[in-house]
Amino acid sequence: MADKPMLPELMKAHGVSRRGFLKYCASLTSLMALSPAMMPRVAHALENAPRPSVIWLSFQECTGCTESITRSHAPTIEDLIFNAVSLDYHHTLQAASGHQAEAAREKAMKDNWGKYVLVVDGSIPIKNEGFSCIAGISNLQMLKDTAAGAAAIVSVGTCAAFGGIPHANPNPTGAVAVSEIIKDKPIINVPGCPPIPVVMTGVLAHFLTFGVPELDELGRPKAFYGETIHDRCYRRPFYDKGMFAEGFDDEGAREGWCLYKLGCKGPTTKSVCATLKWNNGTSFPIEAGHPCLGCTEPDFWDNGGFYKPLSVPAGDYRKLGLAAVGAGAVAGAAGAVLARAGKAKAAAAHENVDAHDLEKKS
Amino acid sequence: MNNPNFDLLMWARGPGFDIALIIFAAGIVLRIVEIIVLGRKKDLAPAKGNGVAQGIKTIFSRSIPRKGLVHYAPITYIGGYIFHLGFFIAFFFFGAHIVFLDELLGFSQWWPEAISFQWPAFGRVIIESAVALAVLAMIALMYTRLTDPVRRALSTFDDYLVWVLSILPMVTGYIAVNKLFGDPVFMLALHILSVELLMIAFPFTKLMHAFTFVMARYYNGSIQGRKGAES
Repeated sequence: MADKPMLPELMKAHGVSRRGFLKYCASLTSLMALSPAMMPRVAHALENAPRPSVIWLSFQECTGCTESITRSHAPTIEDLIFNAVSLDYHHTLQAASGHQAEAAREKAMKDNWGKYVLVVDGSIPIKNEGFSCIAGISNLQMLKDTAAGAAAIVSVGTCAAFGGIPHANPNPTGAVAVSEIIKDKPIINVPGCPPIPVVMTGVLAHFLTFGVPELDELGRPKAFYGETIHDRCYRRPFYDKGMFAEGFDDEGAREGWCLYKLGCKGPTTKSVCATLKWNNGTSFPIEAGHPCLGCTEPDFWDNGGFYKPLSVPAGDYRKLGLAAVGAGAVAGAAGAVLARAGKAKAAAAHENVDAHDLEKKS
Repeated sequence: MNNPNFDLLMWARGPGFDIALIIFAAGIVLRIVEIIVLGRKKDLAPAKGNGVAQGIKTIFSRSIPRKGLVHYAPITYIGGYIFHLGFFIAFFFFGAHIVFLDELLGFSQWWPEAISFQWPAFGRVIIESAVALAVLAMIALMYTRLTDPVRRALSTFDDYLVWVLSILPMVTGYIAVNKLFGDPVFMLALHILSVELLMIAFPFTKLMHAFTFVMARYYNGSIQGRKGAES
């Protein structure tokens, strides 16, 4: 893969004009929340950046992240960016398999030691390393070996970034995120189930041009994970007006009202779904009529149920509440009966006292 | 990797709510049952008027201030109304609260033929204005409590605690919805936790009036009614 042509030739071959490329650079610059003055620098860097070797490791995952990044309409420029990097190992996409594939990884690591970008999708099982192996090498071992020579790690998808679905309760494999294992390399988390393709390519482009982007406290690039979906949702005016869909087939659902009551996690989920959208800007889940699942947040699988609204208790409180009502009634009645008994006892113990008795006692 | 803010929110929605609900439900039922079972001494005197009618009337008439008292203590009366109405509107007519009450009390489950038994939510302008006015009213009420020597002397720890516990959910809710500052998930968690504190204190403080005011008013009114007096 090392003899692949540079980006300008690729663009030419795919019929992408220089103008189209510059437009892409402009949108990428704005996506990355950079100053418009940076645009020429982005274009220059993308055109002339030495194509870094990229090693893509897939661990406990569903290949959804790879699907997402490859399902963009070909030939998109995002696709070309991917072609422009030297993707030296990706066991879903590469033709080689078995020992040949591992040999390619080892060669790429050796040739580019300290310079290659490591992309990881999927979580790593640590309860028993043998739970997930590739060519007889455990995920944990492969990650440690490959991360040692990486310039930076991009954890693509919620599984690699936060543990994701394998990490969900009861987490039988002891799945953990990349950041739980590798502590000495810059790690960029690009969560999502899967992440938006342009977010993945945008992060890679940022890394190629300006290095590691500014990250939030969860290691996510602020440019893409800075605002909640709720704040950018086109259905937000309905939330503000108090107009909610209460079922998937009621009037509110047909009219496109807010999906909060159907369990939408937009208010607590940071992502650019509402602005960048999916499938080449066609729509995003809420636009398609489904509440946001909150897939860019850690533990989204266990956060109280996809269809339970955020304001609703997450536990099984109903039995506890009924038991409390019963216990309260019993305790209240018992307290009152005791008080009555005390009153009756006091009445029975009452002695009539007159002035003579009082005089005698004193 | 965890998000500590989300973990706090999930604790507030899970175990935190369970604990608060148990104390709230058991405490309120305990106190109401105790009051009813204790009962009152039977009045053996012949009734001179209709105690039941006066009792029912008093439940409602006590919501209207006596003549002249509004002029005597305007902040207490007007502030009290604004706070109660504002709190009521925000609690019962904000969409997120409606769905919470529906889930908690199971309205939708009692009427399964309906997709959902929910009343319409108010818009943001009404809810937020109600909350802002309620908070301002509470501040004014606290001002009179602190500046009026008689009221100050009458105030107990209970009064100050209940004031703090009542204002916190409104302030944190306003901040969380408007994302004024702080992480929105953290502020939402704080809002729910502040409500849980209110729930825990509820049965053991004067907040119980929200449940006992009906029977207390009925009792007072019916005593007067039996004696042939207006209440």
